[in-house]
Amino acid sequence: MSVKIYVPCDAAALSVGADQVAAAIAAQAAKRGEAVEIIRNGSRGMLWLEPLVEVATQQGRMAYGSVQASDVAGLFEAGFIAAGAQGAAAHPLALGLTEKIPYFARQQRLTFARCGITDPYSIEDYVAHGGFVGLEKALAMQPAAVVEEVTASGLRGRGGAAFPTGIKWRTALAASADQKYIVCNADEGDSGTFADRMIMEGDPFVLIEGMIIAGLAVEATKGFIYIRSEYPHAYRAMNKAIEIAQAAGYLGPSVKGSGRAFRLETRLGAGAYICGEETSLLDSLEGKRGQVRAKPPLPAIVGLFGKPTVINNVISLASVPYVLAHGAKAYADFGMGRSRGTLPVQLAGNIRHGGLFETAFGISLRSLIEDIGGGTQTGKPLRAVQIGGPLGAYLPNQDLDVLLDYEALAAAKGMVGHGGIVVFDTSVDMAKQARFAMEFCVKESCGKCTPCRIGSQRGVETIDRIIAGVERAKNLEVLEDLCTVMTDGSLCAMGGLTPLPVMSALNNFPEDFNKSAPKLAAE
Amino acid sequence: MGPKHDKLQLVADSKWDDAQALAVITEHSHLDGALLPILHALQETFGYVDARCVPVIAGILNVSKADVHGVISFYHDFRHAPAGRHVLKLCRAESCQAMGCESLVDHLASTHCLTMGETDATGALTVETVYCLGNCALSPAALLDNELIGRLDATKLDAIVMDATGMRS
Repeated sequence: MSVKIYVPCDAAALSVGADQVAAAIAAQAAKRGEAVEIIRNGSRGMLWLEPLVEVATQQGRMAYGSVQASDVAGLFEAGFIAAGAQGAAAHPLALGLTEKIPYFARQQRLTFARCGITDPYSIEDYVAHGGFVGLEKALAMQPAAVVEEVTASGLRGRGGAAFPTGIKWRTALAASADQKYIVCNADEGDSGTFADRMIMEGDPFVLIEGMIIAGLAVEATKGFIYIRSEYPHAYRAMNKAIEIAQAAGYLGPSVKGSGRAFRLETRLGAGAYICGEETSLLDSLEGKRGQVRAKPPLPAIVGLFGKPTVINNVISLASVPYVLAHGAKAYADFGMGRSRGTLPVQLAGNIRHGGLFETAFGISLRSLIEDIGGGTQTGKPLRAVQIGGPLGAYLPNQDLDVLLDYEALAAAKGMVGHGGIVVFDTSVDMAKQARFAMEFCVKESCGKCTPCRIGSQRGVETIDRIIAGVERAKNLEVLEDLCTVMTDGSLCAMGGLTPLPVMSALNNFPEDFNKSAPKLAAE
Repeated sequence: MGPKHDKLQLVADSKWDDAQALAVITEHSHLDGALLPILHALQETFGYVDARCVPVIAGILNVSKADVHGVISFYHDFRHAPAGRHVLKLCRAESCQAMGCESLVDHLASTHCLTMGETDATGALTVETVYCLGNCALSPAALLDNELIGRLDATKLDAIVMDATGMRS
C-alpha cells in the first residue's frame, strides 16, 4: 500500500519551494521503488514552517518542516515514510504529530476546520470531513429560518466593518426583485492578511457552500466572487473548484436536485485597493471605475446592477456552513461580548511564528503576538503593532494587553478589521509609517470625495514638513485638523480611517516626529 | 526614458493585432459587467491594452469611449505599453516594510540600475510596486510573472534579476 504524503499547494508554501519539494519526493520515491501518493493539500497555517510536509502514519499525520528539496533524500534515509512507526522522529526537521504542535493544538478551528487537511479539489474529501452538511440543512429550511440561524449566531462581517451578517441577509430577503445576487468580496487588500487567500486555495468548497446557502437564504440565484488580481493562485483555485462543484450538481439550475438554482462566476480585480470597499466593488463588477457609492441605498436593496445584493467577505461566507451544520448556538458559544464565534487571526510582518491562527474572540493581542507568534523574527524588541490593515491603528508595546474583540479594540482606538496583525521591531520609523498611510491613500483613493482625494495629498506634504522640522507646532495642528476633516467628511473608510494609523503613530510615538532640528518655513 | 520608450513602442506595434483583439473582445462581451474581463483578456493576449481598442469596445458594449478610457486609466493593472519580458512585482506594503522591503528597492537601484515602475535597457525585466500579495507571514514577498516568492532577500533578488535578464544561463 502506498504511503500518503501531503505537500501544500498554498501559494505561501509554493513561495518557499513546495513544488520543488513535491517533485523531489516523487523522484526519490521512484528511485527507491517506494510507493507514495503525494497529495497537494491546503496549508495548515503554520506558514513559518512551510513547506510543511506531512506523512500519514497509524498514529496520525507526522509533520516535517520547513523542508527544502535538498532535505528530501535525507528524510527518506531517516525512514520518514516507514508507515506505522514514528517515522523519522530523530530527524532535525521532525515536528511530531501535526495536530500536537502547540500552535495548531491551541486553535479553535471552525471556519478553517478542513484547511490543510483535505485535498482542496476533492468533493469526496470535503464531504468526508463534514462538508455540505450545512447546505443539506439549509435546503430543508425556509429562507427566513436560514437568515434567522445566521442572525442568531452573532456572525459579523469579517471583512473589517463587522456589520451583522444576518441583518444584511434579512434586508436582502425582504427586498422583492426578479433577480438578486450574492457577491463575495475576495479583494483582500489589507497588508498582513491572507485568510481569504488561504481558504480559497485550501478549502474552496466551503466558500462555495457558504455562497449557495446565502443564495437560498435570500432567494438569490446568481453569485460572483470578486478576487484581486494579486492572487493568481486563488483565482485559479476558485475557478477549478467551481467547475468541480458544477459537475457534481451543487451549482447550476437545480442545486442537488432541489429545483432551486444557484450559479457562480468569478471576476478578477485589477489592482485597486479601493475595490475592497463594498460599493466600489459593485461598480467594478459592473465594469465601471471602482468608485464608492453613497449609501443609502444599501446594496442589500439596490446593489449589483441595481438589484438586491448580499455582499459579504470570504470568511463571513465561509463561516456560514459551520453555523448551519452545528447550529447558531454552537458558533455563538465561542467569543466574548458582541464578538461571537472565531476569528482567523493572521500573524504577519516581523514575527517569528507567522501564520494563520483561528481562535475565539477574547484572547489578548500580547498573547497572540508573544506566546503564539513567538515575538519578533529579528529578535529585536517589539515596538509597534498595526492591527486591521493599512487603515488600522499602530499600537505601542504597552497597549497590547487589549483583548481581541470588536468593541474592546475600538475602545482602545484600534480596530480588528480583517484580523491581520503586523509586527514591527525597534528599527521602525513611525513618522515614515504615518507618511506612508497618507501616501497609500493618495495612490488608492477612488477620487470621488474631496477629503480623501485632496486631504491625503495635503497630509503627505504636512507630514513631510513635520519630519523636516518646518514650523512643527503649526503643522502638527494642521495635520490634526486635516485628520478630523478626513474622518468626518469622507464618503467611505478609505479617507475616513486613514487618520487612524496617522494619528495613532503621532500620539503613541511622538518622538519619531521630532528628530530633525526645528526650521522656519522654507518659503 | 527616450530610446527605451521607443523600443517598447516598436514591440507594441508589431504585436497588437486588431482582428485578434476584436475576437478577444467579442468572446467576452456576453458576460455580466464585461469590461474588466475584456481588458484582462486583451492584456493577457497582447501584454497591454492598446488605445486603439477603446472605440471598438465602446461600440460593442454600448458605452461611451470616455467610459472605457476611464476604466482603463482607473485600474493600476492595465498597461498602455507592453512591459518587459518578465515582470517582478515587489510588495512594499506594511508587512513587507516591517521586514525591510525598502532596502530591496534600494538594492535594485544601486546594484542593478532598476527603478521601480521601469524596464531595464534590454526590455527583459520590468520592476513594479505592489501593495500586498497575501504572503505576509513570509515577508518580504514578490511576484515574478505570477509566481509567488517569499522571504525575499538580496541574494534571491540578484538571482532573479540575473535569470530574467539572461546574465546567467
